[in-house]
Amino acid sequence: MGEKKIRILMAKPGLDGHDRGIKIVSRALRDAGMEVIYTGLHQTPEEIVEAAIQEDVDAIGLSILSGAHTTIFPKIMELLKKNKIDIIVFAGGIIPDGDVSAMKNIKITEIFGPGTNTEDIVRFVKEKAGKP
Amino acid sequence: MTKPDIPSLTARLLKGDKLACAKLMTIVENDPADAKKVISRIYRHTGRAHIIGITGPQGSGKSTLVNQLASHLRKKGSTVGIIAVDVSSPFTGGAFLGDRIRMKDLITDRGVFIRSMATRGCKGGIARATCDAIKILEALGKDIILVETVGAGEDEVDIMNASHTSVVITVPGLGDDVQANKAGMMEIADIFVVNKADREGADIAVCELESMLGLTDKCGWKPPVVKTISTGSVGINELADRIDEHFNYLKENDLMRQKLKRRAEMEIVNIVKDVIARDVEEIKKSEAYNKLIEEIIEKKIDPHSAVDEILKMVKKRHVKE
Repeated sequence: MGEKKIRILMAKPGLDGHDRGIKIVSRALRDAGMEVIYTGLHQTPEEIVEAAIQEDVDAIGLSILSGAHTTIFPKIMELLKKNKIDIIVFAGGIIPDGDVSAMKNIKITEIFGPGTNTEDIVRFVKEKAGKP
Repeated sequence: MTKPDIPSLTARLLKGDKLACAKLMTIVENDPADAKKVISRIYRHTGRAHIIGITGPQGSGKSTLVNQLASHLRKKGSTVGIIAVDVSSPFTGGAFLGDRIRMKDLITDRGVFIRSMATRGCKGGIARATCDAIKILEALGKDIILVETVGAGEDEVDIMNASHTSVVITVPGLGDDVQANKAGMMEIADIFVVNKADREGADIAVCELESMLGLTDKCGWKPPVVKTISTGSVGINELADRIDEHFNYLKENDLMRQKLKRRAEMEIVNIVKDVIARDVEEIKKSEAYNKLIEEIIEKKIDPHSAVDEILKMVKKRHVKE
């Protein structure tokens, strides 16, 4: 039957291989009834944005633990803008408190650090990316 | 969310705009009534591509093989569209779509468009909107469209009608020759692949398939068995050649029209079921429906006669339109 589904791209940019967190969040979003497209590890900004375009997702979740977020996230946000993709982007992993405001300045909507309750992430995504 | 501008999106699609392609796929997935508006605009631009179905059990290497096959086809100059279907949860409706993980070689290739699709309750191995998504990729101008089904066992055989060529993947060690003789999945193959052929038992698997195929006749076409190791690109050239041969065989032996007829029939039946199911969902909200249910309980009317009443209501809805 026809019904709208929230579609989320979950991506691992950069070179770290720690995917436990992103898999748990992906699972929580799946269990909340969303369609989660998981890219796998080591994605370039170009690959992430291309996947977001082709999958027509409502939001992108980024997980990074390598410390390269200050370099990689701005590139992703630039590419989204260049392609006129206006969707919310949220992030998790290891992002020091000192970097959070810089991340929000480049329009990363929210940062979810270690210890975040998955229910909070689900609520956030439903609220921000849910279609009316 | 603003209502999508379907005429403008389809116009952009026909000019090769991948953003429009992605949006249109979402539209046909979400709303069958909008799907009609989309497909009626693009249908005459479809029919040029070779549609290849890839099916087989969970973990048999479908996505990896699709990745290898698509890379091979790109090297030969074809543009490729991929629809990768995964299962929706029957409990929550959510889905984890992970086929892209195996398709990293293709992601930024401009000649490739990949779409992950959840089954959303469909049981045939593909989604309700898969046939529409195929048409959208055809209208985008893709030469070859690869449709990867859900991890399929024996009965998920809709792909046979949705594609020109069905490739069924198996792996060594799944069972004995009794499995090879089962109905369903084993019957739909135009080409068999024994993937992970570096594993023990690969030659036995090939042997069993071939002896089963001795009794098979698909309009004169004998399905070949190809050994592949998709993680190591072994056998991919041969598989691509066999796929080509099958497509040519269909064309040369006047079997294409038969294929297209079967596809049209499947699509029509599925759409009719879908339209009526949607009508019934609406009718269920009505006073008259509740009254019928009460009457069935009170033995004033039997369920079959009640259905006659429901169908009258369905008909009424379409007269109005």
